[in-house]
Amino acid sequence: MGLVQLHLPAFQVIVPMLAAPLVMLMARSPRAAWATATLTSWLTLAIALLLLIRVRAEGVVAYHMGGWLPPVGIEYRVDSVNILVLLVICFISAVVMPFARLSVASEVREDKHGYFYAAFLLANCGLLGIAITGDAFNIFVFFEIAALASYSLIATGRERQAVMASYQYLMMGTIGTTFLLIGIGFLYIMTGTLNLLDLAERLPAVNDTRTVRAALAFIVVGISLKLALFPLHLWLPNAYAYAPSMVTVFLSATATKVAIYVLMRFIFGVFGHELSFNVLGMNLLLMPLAMLGILIPSIVAIFHTNIKRMLAYSSVAQVGYIILGISFASTLGLMASLLHLFNHAITKAALFMALGCIAYRLGGVSLIHMTGAGQRMPWTMTAFVIAGLSLIGVPLTAGFVTKWHLILAALDGGLWPIAVFVLGTSVLALLYVWRVVEVAFFRAPLRRMKVREAPLSLLLPTWFLTLSCLYFGIETSLPVGLAERAAEVLMGGYR
Amino acid sequence: MSSFPSMEATVAIPLTLVIPALGAVLIALSGRHPNLRDGLMVAIAALLFATVLQILPAVLAGGRPAMTLIELLPGLSMAFEVEPLGMIFALVASSLWIITSLYAIGYMRGANESKQTRFHACFAVALFSVMGIAFAENMFTLFIFYEVLTLSTYPLVAHKGNREAQKGARTYLVLLLGTSIGFQLVAIVATWWLAGSLSFTAGGIMEGHVSHALGGLLLLLYVYGIGKAALMPFHRWLPAAMVAPTPVSALLHAVAVVKAGVFTVLKVSTYIFGQDYLRELWSADLLMYIAAFSLLSASLVALQMDNLKARLAYSTVSQLSYITLGAMLAHELAAIGGGMHIVMHAFGKITLFFCAGAIYVASKKTNISEMDGIGRRMPFTMGAYLLGALAVIGVPPMGGLWSKWHLVLGAADSGQLLMVLVIMLSTLLNIAYLLKPAVRAFLMPPKEGGSRGVREAPLLCVVPLCITALGCMALFLAADPLRTMLGGIFGN
Amino acid sequence: MEWFGLYNYWIVVVLMMVGFYIVIAQGNLIKKIVGLNIFQTSVFIFFISLAKLEGGTAPIHVAGVSDYSNPLPHVLILTAIVVGVALTAVGLALVVRIHELYGTIEEDEIHAQDEA
Repeated sequence: MGLVQLHLPAFQVIVPMLAAPLVMLMARSPRAAWATATLTSWLTLAIALLLLIRVRAEGVVAYHMGGWLPPVGIEYRVDSVNILVLLVICFISAVVMPFARLSVASEVREDKHGYFYAAFLLANCGLLGIAITGDAFNIFVFFEIAALASYSLIATGRERQAVMASYQYLMMGTIGTTFLLIGIGFLYIMTGTLNLLDLAERLPAVNDTRTVRAALAFIVVGISLKLALFPLHLWLPNAYAYAPSMVTVFLSATATKVAIYVLMRFIFGVFGHELSFNVLGMNLLLMPLAMLGILIPSIVAIFHTNIKRMLAYSSVAQVGYIILGISFASTLGLMASLLHLFNHAITKAALFMALGCIAYRLGGVSLIHMTGAGQRMPWTMTAFVIAGLSLIGVPLTAGFVTKWHLILAALDGGLWPIAVFVLGTSVLALLYVWRVVEVAFFRAPLRRMKVREAPLSLLLPTWFLTLSCLYFGIETSLPVGLAERAAEVLMGGYR
Repeated sequence: MSSFPSMEATVAIPLTLVIPALGAVLIALSGRHPNLRDGLMVAIAALLFATVLQILPAVLAGGRPAMTLIELLPGLSMAFEVEPLGMIFALVASSLWIITSLYAIGYMRGANESKQTRFHACFAVALFSVMGIAFAENMFTLFIFYEVLTLSTYPLVAHKGNREAQKGARTYLVLLLGTSIGFQLVAIVATWWLAGSLSFTAGGIMEGHVSHALGGLLLLLYVYGIGKAALMPFHRWLPAAMVAPTPVSALLHAVAVVKAGVFTVLKVSTYIFGQDYLRELWSADLLMYIAAFSLLSASLVALQMDNLKARLAYSTVSQLSYITLGAMLAHELAAIGGGMHIVMHAFGKITLFFCAGAIYVASKKTNISEMDGIGRRMPFTMGAYLLGALAVIGVPPMGGLWSKWHLVLGAADSGQLLMVLVIMLSTLLNIAYLLKPAVRAFLMPPKEGGSRGVREAPLLCVVPLCITALGCMALFLAADPLRTMLGGIFGN
Repeated sequence: MEWFGLYNYWIVVVLMMVGFYIVIAQGNLIKKIVGLNIFQTSVFIFFISLAKLEGGTAPIHVAGVSDYSNPLPHVLILTAIVVGVALTAVGLALVVRIHELYGTIEEDEIHAQDEA
């Protein structure tokens, strides 16, 4: 046990990585592939929880890959910030896997299941790697591992547009990560290290050079492409809309969140908020983009009849809220962003899961498909409504906790128009969620179709996440406590 | 009351929430057995009333029973505390629910409406949120229940499911949610930020924390954010909601929704702003004049309406403005008058709506011009209508007299003679638009093919409206206890 | 010439822009991938060239030599090349699928088909 404890950070990444080829070998038996992948995802969650205990006890868990000390070796470093991200990824993948069995069976060709689950595990491994590593180049590599796996996952969607969406994502994603690589190269020239901790120590000496500023620009733009910051979000709606339900659930909850984490790490941890905001005035760039990114996609979402695409646009808007919190450059704002990272992950995952149930029974996720669905599938639609309320930010749901902190952060920074803006744009979310409610509950079903409630193995994970939305809206101490500590750590630079 | 063992307020307060919430579930579950369901509903309503009564003695004795449910974030909690205003609101709502549910059974069965189970279940949820509003200890708790009330009444308004009902329901929802999120929530967050608290406190929490200029802005945001109070120009939802079945209109216009609105206005003006602070604000006078305008113009519009329910809806807009006016006068007597008017108008207006519904069930008539001579066919219904109308107008021996009496006294005492005039003038208008249907029904001869063959509505429709009509009269005698109780708001 | 002293950066910038332009302007999906490769290659050259030390030799320990090129960027770029190859493979596989499904690999024709 002591050995396991010692190597926990390595296991966090290696377990899904090694399980992936194993799962691929089971291509003949979809059930075995699914079962192995599910067990793996639960195992990674267990590892993350054990890590949480260690982080709480020790503050920072540093692990040197292969015993090589930094800056030569790669360091894995878990602190209050990325434990939150690790937990989100592991939690979502552990919940989505039970959901996947039927959902994937109905949406992906059976002979591909082995490869599908292998790709899922690789994506999981990549995302966990991004979050856990303390090495800049390693971040790039894991970004690509996660991205390559997600391209393949998206391309397995039923419609042919899925492949095209995946191709577009590949183009934009690669440009994003390559930009990140350029930025890392600049940092390496100036400091001679790739370790984030060393970078943070050595950068202040060379802060005034144009190279460092160019590095910041390349890194911010590159990551913004990955996290779909408006107006670099164009790949996202298609990718989410055409991917299989389970993939959308997983990616919407984790992929952009991890990119946001990396952005926070670089802006606050490596460059320091002093340089990023006070010297270079990044908030002047991020704040308007975040606000436009909330406003325009929310309005676009109102007019989409494909609900999956509508929610994808809503995801772009929610990313806007998180970036808005970052742009306040304060502990409170950062705390709101971190909270939203967590709360939006479970909220959006619950919504996309409910859509997965609908797709499973009704064969489509257009508004027309959902006519009268409230009578046919009351449990699914109720879950959708509750998660939708959390998306809007209604009190007693997780979404409210974030909105509340975001507004307080805005007021704390003396930005009361932004506080009003945040409240006002919630009304837009209300409009697009309500359209679904109205069609599903207050219209009679069009055809006399024999649609039953979704099967239990889809409903249970959906409701598990839905109840989480409520639970974390009422019992707020866990996420708020984690986010508060993480925000303090980030504001203090990299320690 | 001896049959019920007395219980602690800390038990009774959560029970008033649990009973209707659980009731909604039971009603939804018993949908396959209509008789069981309807029986359950009445039993739940009675049980709720009995539980609310349990809290009354403590409040009468000057106590403020309280309990905290959960603390969401530091300083932000779901908590309840019963004070006189909330007590009265809860009593009115829970007692009228019994009568409304009886009436609803008769109406829904008589008119053969569909989806009765959903209807009754939503009704129970609405009552659940009314209890939450009445007993809320702070503005945050009140806001949550306020929104639940909006959402739970939406299916009731959209009940008929046709295009017209959906359009009306959408107006209803957009206006109420839009104002509450766009204005009220902004004001709540600002209050929390500036005053550091959201608790309802005697004398208000603003003094010393918020400048008068900003306080005036907040007052505007609050009063317009409480869309349910239907102050012009955000009154459109009320006539739009007239597409709903009549028991809903009764609930909306007499018991739950609009009363929750003006109740919140009164709460905010006395417990958040405090009357002394309110008097100093630039927007209090402005809002008073808007309320006066709203009061008169809605009466004039009501005069033009031929559809009986639409006329009653505009009458409600006008009557609500009395209460807003009372709150904005920032005078003890006027606030007491406003609180009384919640009760008096509730009983009067519910009677009128019950009558409109009974006429519809018995004869399918909705327009006043078709009701000539109907009083001879439906003497009980129209008799009750007359009593209800007199109560709303404020003629002795009706309870409505006392609320207007206090409002006028308050206006005169604070030197607002113009407002005295407005109230007098509007009373004349009340007479004109409320009595006309009764006059036509009793005095005009029936038209060709008009009301011939019309008989009284089902017993379950007629009995409740007679009860409420008699209630209007009984309230004439209840003025003194009400006044004493409401005086407790100011600690005397 | 001062301006061309660091000519490696000029090569990097030109290659990068060429690659970027192809990605943006080309409608052919294969050519886009070629452009992406050129774009990435420019970054690889950037990394490799910045490891070069004037007069330095390969980083192998030999008696009498004191200046070595920095080996770390080389190692990094080896990894990055592998990643680039994998990306190209996935991209080309997607193009093959697109060709199967749409019968074309021209972007405008694909969009026309989707809208029809």
